[in-house]
Formats: sequence, C-alpha cells, structure tokens
Amino acid sequence: MGSRPPVLEMTGIRKVFPGVTALDDVDFRLLPGEVHALMGENGAGKSTLIKVLTGVYGTDGGEIRLGDTSVLFGSPLQAQQAGISTVYQEVNLCTNLSVAENIFIGREPRSLGRIRWAEMRRRAVELLARLDLTLDVSAPLSTYSLAIQQMVAIARAIDIDAKVLILDEPTSSLDASEVAQLFAVMRRLKDAGVAILFVSHFLDQVYEVADRMTVLRNGRLIGEYRTADLPQMQLVARMIGKDLEALEELESQPRSSARELERGPLIAKAVGLGRAGGIAPFDMEIHAGEVVGLAGLLGSGRTEMARLFFGADRADTGHLEIDGKPLVLRSPRTAMAHGIGFSSENRRTEGVVAELSVRENIILALQAARGWTRPIARRRQDELVDKYVKALNIRPADPDMPVRNLSGGNQQKVLLARWLITEPRLLIIDEPTRGIDVGAKAEIQRIVAELADGGTAVLFVSAELDEVLRLSHKIEVLRDRRLVEELDNTDDVDADRVMRTIAGGVAS
Amino acid sequence: MNFVRHRLFWPAAILVALLASNIFFSSGFFSITVHDGHLYGSIIDILRRSAPLILVGIGMTLVIATGGIDLSVGSVMAISGALACLLIGDLDNQNSVIGVLLACAAGIVLSLVLGIWNGTLVASIGIQPIIATLILMVAGRGIAQLITDGQILNVTSAPYKVIGAGYTIALPVSVLIAAGMVAIAVVLTRRTALGLLIEAVGGSPTASRLAGIQARRLTIMVYVFSAICAGIAGLIYSSNVSSADSNAAGNLIELDAILAVVIGGTRLTGGRFSLAGTVLGAVLIETLNVTTVSIGIPVETTLLFKAIVVIVLCLVQSAAFRAKVLRRPSRVGASA
Amino acid sequence: MIDVTAPPGTPPAKARNRVLKQNRRHVPVLATLALLIIMYAVGVANYRGFSDTQVVLNIFVDNAFLLVVAAGMTFVILTGGIDLSVGAVVALTTTVAATLLHAGWSAAVVLPLVLLMGTVLGLGMGAVIHFFQVEPFIATLAGMFLARGIALLINRNSIPITDGFWTAMAEERIRFGPGVFISTSVVISLVVVLIGAYVLAYTRFGRTVYAIGGSADSALLMGLPVGRTRIAVYTLSGFCSALGGVLYSFYMSSGYSLNAQGMELDAIAAVVIGGVLLTGGSGYLFGTVLGVLVLGLIQTIITFQGTLSSWWTRIVVGVLLFAFIVLQRAVTRRSR
Repeated sequence: MGSRPPVLEMTGIRKVFPGVTALDDVDFRLLPGEVHALMGENGAGKSTLIKVLTGVYGTDGGEIRLGDTSVLFGSPLQAQQAGISTVYQEVNLCTNLSVAENIFIGREPRSLGRIRWAEMRRRAVELLARLDLTLDVSAPLSTYSLAIQQMVAIARAIDIDAKVLILDEPTSSLDASEVAQLFAVMRRLKDAGVAILFVSHFLDQVYEVADRMTVLRNGRLIGEYRTADLPQMQLVARMIGKDLEALEELESQPRSSARELERGPLIAKAVGLGRAGGIAPFDMEIHAGEVVGLAGLLGSGRTEMARLFFGADRADTGHLEIDGKPLVLRSPRTAMAHGIGFSSENRRTEGVVAELSVRENIILALQAARGWTRPIARRRQDELVDKYVKALNIRPADPDMPVRNLSGGNQQKVLLARWLITEPRLLIIDEPTRGIDVGAKAEIQRIVAELADGGTAVLFVSAELDEVLRLSHKIEVLRDRRLVEELDNTDDVDADRVMRTIAGGVAS
Repeated sequence: MNFVRHRLFWPAAILVALLASNIFFSSGFFSITVHDGHLYGSIIDILRRSAPLILVGIGMTLVIATGGIDLSVGSVMAISGALACLLIGDLDNQNSVIGVLLACAAGIVLSLVLGIWNGTLVASIGIQPIIATLILMVAGRGIAQLITDGQILNVTSAPYKVIGAGYTIALPVSVLIAAGMVAIAVVLTRRTALGLLIEAVGGSPTASRLAGIQARRLTIMVYVFSAICAGIAGLIYSSNVSSADSNAAGNLIELDAILAVVIGGTRLTGGRFSLAGTVLGAVLIETLNVTTVSIGIPVETTLLFKAIVVIVLCLVQSAAFRAKVLRRPSRVGASA
Repeated sequence: MIDVTAPPGTPPAKARNRVLKQNRRHVPVLATLALLIIMYAVGVANYRGFSDTQVVLNIFVDNAFLLVVAAGMTFVILTGGIDLSVGAVVALTTTVAATLLHAGWSAAVVLPLVLLMGTVLGLGMGAVIHFFQVEPFIATLAGMFLARGIALLINRNSIPITDGFWTAMAEERIRFGPGVFISTSVVISLVVVLIGAYVLAYTRFGRTVYAIGGSADSALLMGLPVGRTRIAVYTLSGFCSALGGVLYSFYMSSGYSLNAQGMELDAIAAVVIGGVLLTGGSGYLFGTVLGVLVLGLIQTIITFQGTLSSWWTRIVVGVLLFAFIVLQRAVTRRSR
C-alpha cells in the first residue's frame, strides 16, 4: 500500500489565528483507495486541517499537492471542482430544500438553463439506491432524521466524481445499523479507488474501518501509523499525551490523592440524570471539599454531564438532589440560587462578554443574582475585583480593560473570578486549561486545589488526563456518552488505568 | 490624540462644524436673547426641535443595546398624541390642568401597554424584533386614526400647549422634559445594574444566560421604556401643533432615531451603548435640518445628507470594509 | 464484512408524520387562500355588485405596481434579507420619468433609463451588503434615504406626464366584454410574476435563492455562488421597484417625489401574508400574489362597506401580519 504515490500530500502546514497557532508544521498524506483516520483531541487541529485543505481557510505556510500539482483552494467550490468533497461535522445542507435538490444543487441536470426536475429526481433515487436508501426525494430534507441527512450529504459528496472524500465526524448522529451501512458504503468507495479521510471520536469505529491513521495533538503532528500497528491503548496515549514542558512546570504540585480528603457533607447528587443524545442516565455524588474529575475523550459526554448539573441544558430523565432535596433545574438561575457555578468550555462564546471590561465580567454573575435594582457599590466592586485580580494573577491588572484584549488564560481566570466571588458551594469547571499557556495552566490548577481545600465541591472537566489525575479525589470515566466507571483516585490509579477504561479495552 | 480617538469625537466635530457654518448665513445664529424671562435664539430653537427625537432616541438606544430594534416608535407617538387630544377635546374645560394631566397620563399608559405588546412578542414569543415591531408600525397609525376618527383633532388647551411650546425657568418645557427623561434613563441604567445587564445581554446572549441573567424580563423592560419615551414624544409633538395628526406625527422618526443611535456610537448589533452619544446624534440631525434651511437649500435634501451619513458610518463600522478598503487591521480582531 | 441489509421500510406512522410535516409548509399559503375565499364570499354575500367580475379585475388594476414591487421583495425575503428602499425607488422613478418626459425626452429613452437607474441602485445596495457585510436593513435604509432625497432634490412638486406613450399605456384597456377589462399594467405585472415564478422554480439561480434562505453557510459550503446570488436579488428588487414605479406613473399619470410612502410596508405585508417565511427559504411567488390580492380585497370591502373608514385597512393588515407571523413561528418551530 505504501508504494503507491499519495493522491494528496500536505507538507509543513501552518495556520495561525490571532493568539493561537492552530497548526504547526503538520504533514499529512492520503493514499488512493484507503480509509485514513485523522485522530486528536479537542483543539488538536483536525477541523482546522480539513478547513485548510478544502479552502475554507487559507494557510500561513506549507504546501498542498493533489496528485502532481501544487494546489491552494480559495473556496470549497474550487476544492470540489478539483475532486475533494467534504461532509462536515454538522450536516451542512439546506434542510428547506428537497432531498434531490440537496444532492444536486449547483449541478442540476438542465436543458437550456431549465432544471429538469424529473431527471434530477430519477438520478437522486439511483444514487441513494447505491447507499441502500429509499427515500421520497421530493420531500424537504427537514422531514428526515439527522442520520438520513448525513447519508444524503454523503450521496451529494460521492456524486461529485470525488478523488478524495472527507468525512468529518459522520457517525456522531448515527445508530449502530446506520453506522454499519455507512461503513459498507465507505468500503465500496474505497474499492473504487476513492481516498477517504475519516474523522471520528469513536475508537472502535476507527479500528473497524480505517487502514491508516494520523495523530495530531495541540496543532502538531504526532505521527502516522498503520492501524494494525498501533494498539488502541497506545493511540489513546498519543492522543491525550503529556506535554513535556507542561509536566515539568506542574510536577511540583502535589497530587490530590496525596492530600488528606476531609469529605464534607453531600452537596449534590444526580439520580438517573440524563439527556437524550447528550448523556445516558447516570448517578453521581459530590461532597463538599471534593474534586470530582470527568475523564473521557471528546464527545464522550463529559461536557453534557457538566451542563446538566447547572441547568444549562434541561435533563429529560432523573433529577438532581441538592442537600438531599430534589431539585428541577429549569435555568442556570435556579442552580445559582442553590450555590452552583459553571464555567463553560467555550470561553469566548459562552463565557466572557468580550466587549465588557474585566471588572464588569467579574461581577456579572453576582450582579445577576442580586437583580438589577441592587447594584454592587463601586467600592465593593473595586475590593472584589482587586482581590481576585491579585489572587488569580490576572494580567494586565487593569480592571477597566475590555476582556477581549486579554489572552485566553487570563480570560479563563476572569471567568473563574466571576464564579469565585459568588462563593459557590459547587463549582463546575469545563476545560479551563484548554488552549492556554503552561504558566496560566499551573495557576488554574492551583486555584482549583485551594478551592477544594477551602471546602468547595468542584466538578472538573478536562481533556488532559494528567490534570484530572492530579486534581481529582474521584474520577468519573465516560465513554460513548455513558458513565462507565467511577474510580477513587488512590495511588494505584494511574494514567494507564484510566486510559484502559477510556479505550474500553479492559473490563473493570 | 486620545481625544481624537474618543468615540464621540467625529460626531461632535461635525456638529461644531455645522453650527459654525451657520454663522456665514445668519450672523445672529449664536446670539441668545431674553424675552419675558425666556431664552430665544437659534440654538434654543434647535434644542426645542430636537426634544422628540432625543426622547425616541434614548428609548431606541436601550432597545438596540439588547440587540433589538423598535420600528413602532412613530406609530406609538401618533397613538399617544391622538388619545391625549381626544380626551382633552372631550373635557368641559380644555384649560383644566388636572384634565390635561390625566389625558397625558392616559396617553403614556397606553404607550406602556403597547411597549408590553412589543416586548412580549420579542421576548416571550421569540419573534425577531424587526418583524415584531413592524406589526405595530403598520397597525399603529390605523389605531391612531381610529382614535381620532380619521380627523385631525384640534385642541385649544393652554395647559396642553405648554408641553410642546411653553417655557419654564427660562427654557422650553419640551427641552426640560427631554432632559428629565435622559436623566431618568441615565440614573436607571448607570446608577443601578440595569445598564450592565443590558450590555451583557446585547453583547453575548448565551454567556449572559449562563451567568444567570434573565434576558426576558430585561427585554420587555426596554421595549416598554422605548414606548413610554415615544409616547411622551408624541405628546410634545401634538402639543406643539395643538392637534393630533395621525399621519404626520412621528413620520419616519424611527429611521432618524436609529440614525441618532448609530451616530452616537452604539452598535446595531447590541452591547455597549451611549446615551450621551444618542443625544448628540439627535441634536446633530436637527442641526442638519436647521442648517439646510438657513443655507437656503431645500429641507428635503437633508435626506441625502442622512443617506451619506448612514452609508459612511456603516462602512466605517463594518469590519469587512476596514479590512478591504482601509487596510487597517481592526483593533478588535483578537477573537479567533 | 458487515452484512448490509436494506433499511427496514419506513414505518407507516413515520411516513404519515412526514406527509403532515411536508404539508405543513403549505399551511400559510393555504390559510391565505382560504382567507381570500372567505373574504370574497363575505363581500359577495353582503354587498350588491361585489360579484361583478370587474371588481376582481379592478383589484389587479389598482395594485399592478404593488404586485411587481412585491415580486422583487419576495426574492429578497426568500434569501432572508429585506429591502426597505422599494417605495423610495418607486417615487424616484416616477419623478425622474416625469421630469425627463416633461423636458421633452423620448419615451423610448426614458423608459430604459429609469429601469436601469433602479437596477443600478439595487446593485449598489447588494454590493454593499455582500462585500462590506452591512446588514440589509441598514444598507437598504440608506438606499431609501438616498432615493427619496434625490427625488426631492429633483422636484418637490407633482409633475404631470403628457407624453403620448405614457398616456397610451395608461389609457389602453384590454377588454374581455362590456365593462370587463384590465389595463396594460396588469398584463405587465402578470408577466413579471410568471417569469419570476419560473426563475424561482426552474433555474439554478432561483434554487440558490432558496438555499441561501435555508442556510447561507451551508450554501457556501455546498459550493453555491452565495455572494453573486445575494447581490443579484437586490439588483432584481431594484429593477422591480423601478418597473413598479413606471407602472405607478402610468396609473397616476404624474411623477411625485412623495409617491409610494410606506409602500415597502405594503410589499413586506403582502409577502408575509402570502406565506413567505421572513427568515427566508420557504414560500412561493404565487403566495405573494395572494397576499397582494388580500390587501386589495380589504380595501375593496372597505370601499363597498362605505361606513368603514380607510384606516381600518391598516389595522386589519396589522392584525393579519400578526396572525401570519405567529402562524409561521408555530409552523417552523414544530417542523424542527
């Protein structure tokens, strides 16, 4: 297989966004007639790489060769015309149009500029038959399930005589039989010589269908492997990985398991809490002074679980008990009234309000809880803000600077400060250390540890296993939107142990 | 330099330039004279004429800050003026101060109800603001005509006339009312946490929800405030002409108000707002109207000026325009 | 190898559900049709002479220009945009045409010239919207100020048109029998509607319009020419407004810069009542025709009624707008 020349070769790709290097010197090769999995955690650069390849973004360095020619696409249309078709993570079709149109729009069969609808419907039926689908092709796409929509997107992609087919998380909304159907189609296309780039966070699926894989982490290339040569366990290790510099910086900090846990009273208890499509019903307890870490790969349901504790999404099964009393969380407000705080993983869109100042962002939650008629006096604001700007080492230490001018790490600290001044009894922190520099990362970990020592219960979500291991007293391991194991973080629990559960290789 | 970069530098500079240019056409432009203890002069006149636009503008500012828009302000002006004139016309003694006050209160209360209607459509039913307020914009003038039975209702009430054309402590009453409402708006938004919460909701609705802000109640409040402001502006307008004209009252004022807000540096996408900026914008627009008259060009051409101002301001605010034409990297672009 | 079986046949319950869902998109149009029939029946039952064929034909005669303008607006709204400039462009067209004809220009020159002018204005607004990412609302607001301002600058008074071609077009009647006739404008407007409907249903451009309204981001990722199409719909709307202006000047036999005030509202109302989603992506030009007919029929009924005053038109239109917007909201919410 390795002897054939690659149909697509990307070398030394660099892509820089303001403040963050999304791709740093990444190489990628795709051979004809293979299914190639692109693996990596959140923020590893998978989506960016695909967008650079398909002309959604430009590059800041590197070369893309398609066959023998060097190419650079200015738009998805150009990439399509060159034979690279993409099915994006979120189905990017127009659900108001019919199934047939979604397959053919832009390439409709026409005579004298008039769309030949009958011909288009006939061809759509034929094409869908190749995917073993029988649909009413004149019905609007919105009348079909997401899974069917995904198949329609694939039908559209393969109708464009594609040399390269990119499937970005195509299975996230499919059930088992639909996945099997999709894989059969992928194999058929592969046999026809199409090179398929496949992204999925379901490891089992990757091992089932992929011939080779490329692993990215933090925007860098980790390696290119034959699937057969890389055991599942090692793949997880490479994806989650350990950032060496980060490790040195953090080594000095004590592991939570080493600290004496004085488990306080029970604060929150989830009883069969769950949400369809987000996380299967689970039970969990969080005590005062305890850090509970959520471990699992991207898409395993860790964020969805965290959001249910805050009422950011509504649970459709089970309930939460706070201080032993059942509570229905209709909105974040209810959660806040019971002393729960939540810092979202999407700092920029769900966390800070970019144009407001550091001061305003910090007092926002406290002020919202007090209501608009009871403003926090300016002097009190200054006290609180000064205290936390100092305590969290927020830089620059200018409370009146718009928060958008701060780095990601400092924005995260502002968010933490926002919740700390509300003095929560349970603080949920989702991915606070993603995409921030090592120094800030260490500081945030220190804050979390201190918080727990002070008696606050913390629900800590992170893609980095090291971090979870270091901070948590108890680790909840998630896989495929399900809570699979609860581990007390004792000395015999290490990264290997957790990774095995995540990878699903070992029954516990 | 700092001062040049201030948000309101350019509108202020244009205002000063406009005022200065009047000197060449009417030498007595800046003179303010005192008659019977009242101040008179072109400047006072501009302020008096700006009063309704200032009122509507500050209401619009808060609505826009939440990321909305209120197209119905002109119709609300017409309705409020119509109701007040109808009630005054029915009084046995049109000069009864209490009767006039009650009539005005009725106009304002009706405006408040209309504001609740707008706010509910936007916040509770979830209709886009531009569409939700379009309904009242279309139907409102019909309602006003229904109230006045399609007539232009003339009133001869001295106390009512005071609102739009009277003087007290040397200044026109309408200017004082507008100033009073501006003061109330400033106190409401800046002395309480209302301003912060509005800016947060307009700046990022999702982040605000996760910080525990109840956007629904805030949204209804700003539409109510906007309607009340429009209602008072309607009273001033109809008092000034001593009649209720359902077609002329507040005609196209929604566009002028939006323009005043934009000139004042509040972005149409919501977030940070500036009440002072809107007042400046409103005065600027009225000065433009007055200046075109004093220069001697037809007053209608101010529409052309406004078109140019809107285009220039929008282009300058458009990040795409800055990137493509001015080739100046936007200072904002930190978010990836 | 995985055993690939054909998916199980769609369960009947699901199929029925889908048929329902599919029909749900037709609900607004069907509601409009039902409304139209009921209104007509009420008219026939209550007023003598209402059943004359000419009553219906007169609705077309009196609203031919609105039909053309609303057809252009339909394209814009289908992409999820809005065009506030249409009334002003109509006024500008009538003013320019009347002025040039008055100055002795030949109709053969004036007619293409004014159509070109409207088209270019539309093109300009579309370009600003696309290239500089200015909100359609604001860009077309500027266009509205600009067109109205130029019209006022040209002439503030009504200018009669005495040109031979214009009067011929205005007076020409196509007769189907004694007392049963339509004007040439009706023919032109129907031709516009037919062409428009064909373009929407059978051309790549038309389908791209729907795709953009469904999701502009998706359309872009599907490789559709989003920018070009978006500019084209505003250009088309500009052309339709200009053509509507020409028909308006046939109808009025004059040009006047204050013509067609608020026509943008009538056009938007007709489109919405015709079942086109204001958020774009769903609706038919046929629906817009129904919407225009509903507006026309309301006026006709009020005229026949005699005792009802004209302002009821506005209130009824407002109520209908509200009803249809809420209906749209319910339909889209449930199909998600």
